[in-house]
Amino acid sequence: MSRLHDMGGRFGDGPVAPDFGQEPVFKEEWHGRALALTVASGFLRQWNLDEGRHARECLAPMDYTAFSYYEKWLAGLTDILVAKGLVTPEELSTGQAALDVSDVAQHKLTQESVAESLARGGPSERQTDETPEFALGEQVKTIPAGNRSVAGGHTRLPSYAASCSGRIVTVHPPHVFPDANAHGYGEAAETLYTVAFKAGDLWQHPENPTDEVMLDLWQSYLETP
Amino acid sequence: MPHDSHDHPHHLLPSDPALRVKALETLLTQKGLIDPAALDEIIDTYETKIGPQNGALVVAKAWSDPEFKAQLLEHPTETVAGLGFYGRQGEHIQILENSDHHHNMVVCTLCSCYPWPLLGIPPTWYKSDAYRARAVREPRQVLAEFGVKLPSETKVKVWDSTAELRYLVLPQRPSGTEGWSESELAKIVTRDSMIGTGIIGAVS
Repeated sequence: MSRLHDMGGRFGDGPVAPDFGQEPVFKEEWHGRALALTVASGFLRQWNLDEGRHARECLAPMDYTAFSYYEKWLAGLTDILVAKGLVTPEELSTGQAALDVSDVAQHKLTQESVAESLARGGPSERQTDETPEFALGEQVKTIPAGNRSVAGGHTRLPSYAASCSGRIVTVHPPHVFPDANAHGYGEAAETLYTVAFKAGDLWQHPENPTDEVMLDLWQSYLETP
Repeated sequence: MPHDSHDHPHHLLPSDPALRVKALETLLTQKGLIDPAALDEIIDTYETKIGPQNGALVVAKAWSDPEFKAQLLEHPTETVAGLGFYGRQGEHIQILENSDHHHNMVVCTLCSCYPWPLLGIPPTWYKSDAYRARAVREPRQVLAEFGVKLPSETKVKVWDSTAELRYLVLPQRPSGTEGWSESELAKIVTRDSMIGTGIIGAVS
């Protein structure tokens, strides 16, 4: 049902290692290059945010576990470049460019446009004529985990909060729906809600049952209990 | 794209990560898809221009100026954009105000979502399996690992960044800072206090 990235609530990971603000932004030079390469490639406009995330989530569990953070980014980027037909496996093996992609290269991010491009952002809020199905304060129940249309597909409903009861604390405008947008089904924007879950409703052994976990969830993830 | 193909192309690159990045950058540059100078510019942006100093200014201003704080809570994205803080991974900002009754703490269990224009690139611990796995299940134990111990009557709210809303915690202003200027206040605002894994102690 699940993939390794969906790790909220998992046991066995050991203590967190705080840096108290002392660590450099990029611990290794290649970390910065891997991030910049991923960000710059995104501006080629050949895939959206949700497809990019899903490419990282599709790493084999063995790779996802073995790879450091930026290795995951790099592997996800490599795989999506091939999946989108921008790079061939032969080019990766030989290191020699062969396939002509000059039509895509016209979107290349230039040094001069970096500041403006980063500052522009990419809002995911959309205007639709949809009326929110749920109201502030209403009790809701989440659906079972997993993308409803695509087996093993992208979803932003974490497994730990699937099939759980919560309460609507904010009704937001519609946002692009990742479960559709990651798979070529369009943006399919729907109302987004912030839903509060009591720790006692999420966990068998809550640390403090009245503490809460808040999640931002799309309408399709929610049902009337 | 197809999922779960068993011949993931990334295995065709060199095994050393630094060489792997270099190989891909070189190939994409040859193909005209990447400008290496643009990569330098992105790295420089997040190393020197966009970082937690931005969020610290927002917090210091909110502590000093009640009118600004009211606007910030009412229209967060527009208000921080007014200070020049907008862009990638900060398109929909939400402010979480800490009080004696509520302590807010932010995580992204599914990946590493973080308010880039306000805090920059997330630290390693924020992206670690341990933080992602445990922050939602045992936030008080995780906070203890940061040296933060909350009274049991303070309710903890953990915000899992599952959508494109990006959260900034507004920490409590420490005592002993009465009459301080915004720039003096900004200096004591820690990155962790704006994620919710730190509190700012009283100044003596």
